[in-house]
Amino acid sequence: MIPRPFEYHAPRSLPEAIALLNEHGDTAKLLAGGHSLLPMMKLRFAEPGHLIDLGKLTELKGIREAGNEIRIGAMTTENELIWSDLLQKKCPLLVEGARQISDPQVRYRGTIGGDISHGDPGNDHPTLMIALDASFVLAGEHGERVVPADGFFLGTYVTQLEAGEIMTEIRIPVPAPGNGYCYAKLKRKTGDFATAAAAVTLRMQGGKVSDVRIVLTNVGQTALRASAAEQSLRGKLLDEAAIDEAARLAMNICEPAEDLRGDIEYKTAMAGEMTRRALRTALTRTAQ
Amino acid sequence: MSKKIMVSFKLNGTQTDVVVEPRELLIHTLREKCLHTGPHIGCETSHCGACTVDVNGMSVKSCTLLTVQADEAELLTVEGLAKGGELHALQEGFMQEHGLQCGFCTPGMLIRAYRLLQENPNPSEEEIRYWMAGNLCRCTGYQNIVKAVQYAAAKLRGEAVQTSHPLMAEILAH
Repeated sequence: MIPRPFEYHAPRSLPEAIALLNEHGDTAKLLAGGHSLLPMMKLRFAEPGHLIDLGKLTELKGIREAGNEIRIGAMTTENELIWSDLLQKKCPLLVEGARQISDPQVRYRGTIGGDISHGDPGNDHPTLMIALDASFVLAGEHGERVVPADGFFLGTYVTQLEAGEIMTEIRIPVPAPGNGYCYAKLKRKTGDFATAAAAVTLRMQGGKVSDVRIVLTNVGQTALRASAAEQSLRGKLLDEAAIDEAARLAMNICEPAEDLRGDIEYKTAMAGEMTRRALRTALTRTAQ
Repeated sequence: MSKKIMVSFKLNGTQTDVVVEPRELLIHTLREKCLHTGPHIGCETSHCGACTVDVNGMSVKSCTLLTVQADEAELLTVEGLAKGGELHALQEGFMQEHGLQCGFCTPGMLIRAYRLLQENPNPSEEEIRYWMAGNLCRCTGYQNIVKAVQYAAAKLRGEAVQTSHPLMAEILAH
């Protein structure tokens, strides 16, 4: 399995990469970690004429705190997320999510920016990003813009990223201390995509839910924010009845595709179960 | 046919230059141009880990890396583990603990375990299983692979090692 021939470019700076992308238009693809794109190219599902490798752009790597935000370079790898002291301390949901992505070798190469830009509803970062209220920095010929994760994903492999733009940075508001979180993911085996998964971020006040986000993976054309489920919980006690009702509302928005991981009914039920588990675990991790 | 590119890397410490099409995968360059046939082609879809090599201190599936991406890299394959005719502690561990049967997955297992022990010299069984999960073995059931990595970890920490395998212990006693 060898890809079709292409021209290879390894720019040394972001402006050079953007110029190449504009020069070659829709015949070009960006290569980040390559663990989604290269398999697609080997199967000839993707046949770019020009491959622009972002691997030498060290400016797109790294994790740092800037004011009340955590800023992550788009070319930061999954293992770098897992091993980050800053994330372990201040954004453990991202570490918990990254630990459940694929396998060790893939995590040395796979990048957060690639995972997000690819727009695959089976990927985990889109869900985690919406749950964390992240935003993305997109750089193009005429400068950069910042767009929120919620609304960025338009369909399978379709995002707000426009031709000629490169995702350079992920910005996450530092979660308030005491916020609960969980990424509950069901997969058949190491390396598989989720059968269904749910990310939850939770804030409790006086024993009641003051804020919650619930986002689902791989049960629709994009990561799905379960807004009605969230709304049903705000201001309520998070007891089993409330959790069941939220899971029911989350299942209502699922439109999974039937495949070897299961049929529509099973996947929808699993999305509900992952929602229940994520809510229960998030609650135990919440400072009341 | 796209233009060929010269790529330079260090392969097991030896400066190596190859001329490749951009679409050539590292596993093919290693096996066919560098004649390093330790890294195996198993699934070709980045699942099985038989093609794992160490690239700049990272375990990478070389079926999912273009050779041009390895320009200026430091590569380690199973051929680079034994030094001066002496097996690496991991190779000794896999032998002593029966960490293989057919051996097809072993070069990938060894190179992956090498990086794991560099990063964590004293991993728990759970950590070994989690961080070795990108390598599939269809013979052993993994139990002896875990023991082999534990054996090597102990030896590399300078501790006395002994095989846990009853038959091997008996053979060594004679």
